[in-house]
Amino acid sequence: MIFSRVINPDLARLEGKRGFPMDRLMIILCYVALITVAILPVLMILYYAFWDGTKIDIAMFKQVIFQKSNIGAMWNTMVIGVCSTALATVVGVFFAWLLGRSDIPMKGVMKFLFSIPFMIPPFLAAMSWDMMFSGRGGYVNKALMSLFNLAKAPFNINSVAGIIVIEVVYYFPFVYMQVVSALERMDPTLEESARIAGAGQLYVIRKITLPLTIPAISSGMLLVLITSLSNYGIPAMLGYSQNIFTLPTMITELMDRAGGSFEGIRQSAALSIVLVFIVSIALLVQRRLMTHGRYDIIKGKSMRPMLIKLRGAKYPLLAFSLLFLSLIVVAPIVMIILVSFVKAYGLPFLAQNLTLANFRRIFVGNIMVRDSVKNSLFLAFSAASFCLLLGTMLAYVIYKVKPKGGIALEMMAVLPYSLPGTVMAIGCILAWSGAFFGITLYNTIWIILVAYIARYLSYALKSSSAALHQVHASLEEAARSCGASHMQTLKDITLPLIKPAMISGFFLVFLPCMRELTTSILLYGPQSRTLGVAIYQLRINGQIAPAAALSVVTITLIIICNNIVKAITKDKKRA
Amino acid sequence: MDQIVLEHVTKSFTTKSLGTVVAVKDFNLSVKKGECFSFLGPSGCGKTTTLRMIAGFEDLSEGSIYLGGRLVSDKKKNIYLPPEKRNLGMVFQAFAVWPHLNVYDNVAFPLKVKKCPPPEIQKRVALTLHHSNLDGLEKVYPSDLSGGQQQRIALARAIVVNPDVMLLDEPLSNLDPHLRESMRFEIKRLQKEFGFTIIFVTHDQAEAMALSDRMLVMDMGNIQQIGTPQELYHKPVNRFVYNFLGQSNFTDVAIRDGRAFLKEDESNLLFTGAPADLKGDYVMATRPNAIDLNREEGYRTTILKRTSKTEFMEYLVSVGKGTFMVQTPHRNFFRAGEPCFIKIKDPAWYKPESKDVEEERNRRNTI
Repeated sequence: MIFSRVINPDLARLEGKRGFPMDRLMIILCYVALITVAILPVLMILYYAFWDGTKIDIAMFKQVIFQKSNIGAMWNTMVIGVCSTALATVVGVFFAWLLGRSDIPMKGVMKFLFSIPFMIPPFLAAMSWDMMFSGRGGYVNKALMSLFNLAKAPFNINSVAGIIVIEVVYYFPFVYMQVVSALERMDPTLEESARIAGAGQLYVIRKITLPLTIPAISSGMLLVLITSLSNYGIPAMLGYSQNIFTLPTMITELMDRAGGSFEGIRQSAALSIVLVFIVSIALLVQRRLMTHGRYDIIKGKSMRPMLIKLRGAKYPLLAFSLLFLSLIVVAPIVMIILVSFVKAYGLPFLAQNLTLANFRRIFVGNIMVRDSVKNSLFLAFSAASFCLLLGTMLAYVIYKVKPKGGIALEMMAVLPYSLPGTVMAIGCILAWSGAFFGITLYNTIWIILVAYIARYLSYALKSSSAALHQVHASLEEAARSCGASHMQTLKDITLPLIKPAMISGFFLVFLPCMRELTTSILLYGPQSRTLGVAIYQLRINGQIAPAAALSVVTITLIIICNNIVKAITKDKKRA
Repeated sequence: MDQIVLEHVTKSFTTKSLGTVVAVKDFNLSVKKGECFSFLGPSGCGKTTTLRMIAGFEDLSEGSIYLGGRLVSDKKKNIYLPPEKRNLGMVFQAFAVWPHLNVYDNVAFPLKVKKCPPPEIQKRVALTLHHSNLDGLEKVYPSDLSGGQQQRIALARAIVVNPDVMLLDEPLSNLDPHLRESMRFEIKRLQKEFGFTIIFVTHDQAEAMALSDRMLVMDMGNIQQIGTPQELYHKPVNRFVYNFLGQSNFTDVAIRDGRAFLKEDESNLLFTGAPADLKGDYVMATRPNAIDLNREEGYRTTILKRTSKTEFMEYLVSVGKGTFMVQTPHRNFFRAGEPCFIKIKDPAWYKPESKDVEEERNRRNTI
């Protein structure tokens, strides 16, 4: 029996007993919690995909895979994933080099601009781009048509190409972040010794800098690929009107159409397995890259690298970068703010067309919107609190108690994070619609809470376990040698030391919950809409200006929370 | 022939917190072909900045640099030759061996850049690897090698193109003491074989003295003294150089008629026989091993503390309100608290440091 051997024998002996009930209790709690939130939903998907009620059934699975519309969705998913990854890599590496190694001015401004996309949920960004470039209706398209007397809209964002472009714009900072941090960590003398050996600047970039950053580039690439494969918001916002589906949007669509029928649920479960299969190939490649081929480039004394002089190209490149960044970062925000003040979507932005009515309408007249704000705050707060508790307990059990099978605990905790949100939602529906002990959470807010906890638990776990790694064993041993018991040490030494990490872990969960759409769109009920769902539905029902107003409210909330996190993490550094 | 010439080289930085800092000030130097020359100084004295200006990694604020008679950096004439065109070899403190290339490719890199024909590359790399005791490691990646081996790769990579000048930026300080000794020997041997000129930057005076034909001591961006190791050790021009080249005792004294009295108590005679032309306030500098500790004659004092070292006995004796460190052979044995006499031999005399110098040193220490 696994539970009887899991107590750290040394600790137990130190306590003078053969087993320490508190540690053992925590281990059992961890297993129960993880099996409930992570394992059951996954098992249920497998069960539904291959079990027709009486026997194992592969025929339905085959039929789903080879259905024409589903093949189309698979094809789109892969085309969008591969193309947006390739382009995002090029853009990300270019900017990383520009900011990490050249003498381009205004680096601070640009670094700030790069951090903005992370604050805005992808579906909101997509919605804003849609307002600018959708067929004949988009504001920018209309302006260009009248300016140049065009008969046709110059850009069509509601296409596979449009989705790719928006994903690139949204995801290239992933690559940028990875590469720029590798460049900052890299010992500058590696490049300098190549210069001394007679190599020119371009030769050094090609033969030394790029090969050394390959691990960072490829891990950024895979991050983009995995995120793109499981992204729901962008293809849903941009592709739905043109019947362009990807696997996540197709699964959601099948689930909607099924209306609760056994056959329909089984079909979306089967398609979920296809999506998981594609994503797990990418994950496996990532795992391999993480363990192999990682060069130790974090060496040498910290010296500032020699910046390459751009000379004549300096100001053209600066102008280009600022223009590009403001277009992709500032323009969507400005657009969404403008539309939120306009009387009706499509009217030009003139003084007589501006109004505050949209804000009044969403807050005063609309119960659905008011509920959604309340629901999202409640969900984010509860999920974050629960993740904080469970994550810290898990981190403590895995890294300090070190039971046999600790790796299993860690894998179970990270599993839901690697699954696409759509798949996790399907799993939750299947598991909590009366399948176990007659518990039915479907259509209530609790099923969303369970899904959020499962999805974001790993954030809290990572934050707490990183902090626990910093707490050297000698600190705890010192407390024990002063006469504190095991429990007292935990309470008075360990927990206070990791408190800042726990708080930032709380917000690491809180923020993504506030902006969540992918799982909520499948799980919401009449009383349990979230902010994301409310915006999406307003948008789908053609109430675009109110949708923009609610988006402005959401973004404001997110920015406020983000600043709270920054203030807290700053405090931690000072301490 | 002068291989390296620096004329009036000055480098200043402007930082937000400290204002303008002159890292190197009016630096003039010429190093002969085949010479091994060391830059010695505490961290932040400007020695590495000077080296990086010679290499071409830093621009000058003023002055000019010649390598082998060719002007490579000149601020006024706006001449700047990039590092790759200066035909130098350089070895860094952190080795800087490329982790994605194996030993052979690391050493062959400079030749490939210069587009040597492949058979020649093979020949020269093999020869250099042989000279550096790296035979048989061609296919191994640096991460599988020890620090000493990695430093030998760096050295091999620097000499494979037969550079005129070899720049060594504290190349031994990441190695353990035993390895340091043998690498020092290795560098000397390779220099004899290939005949390049060496500029060696270090903060370790023993290393500098063992390696160099000539050396200089820097402090706060200024050259303090240039000379052979013997000249610098035996005739330091100021208190800073004296202190940097070995253990030392400093005492403020007042000199009257060739007799040095303690500054704090001018009736307390410390030393007789100071040069006749010295008068007034001075700093007396002595080496701990140039003080005779005995029971008969000299300045009367007591032993405060005794420490047994491997090669000598070290005593701390009181001198006025301060203390002196004295090193004697083991057989010259005293107990702590025992009264004794010290007799000082060959002291050096320096004018006290001015207030400005002191303030500047404090300002730089906050960096």
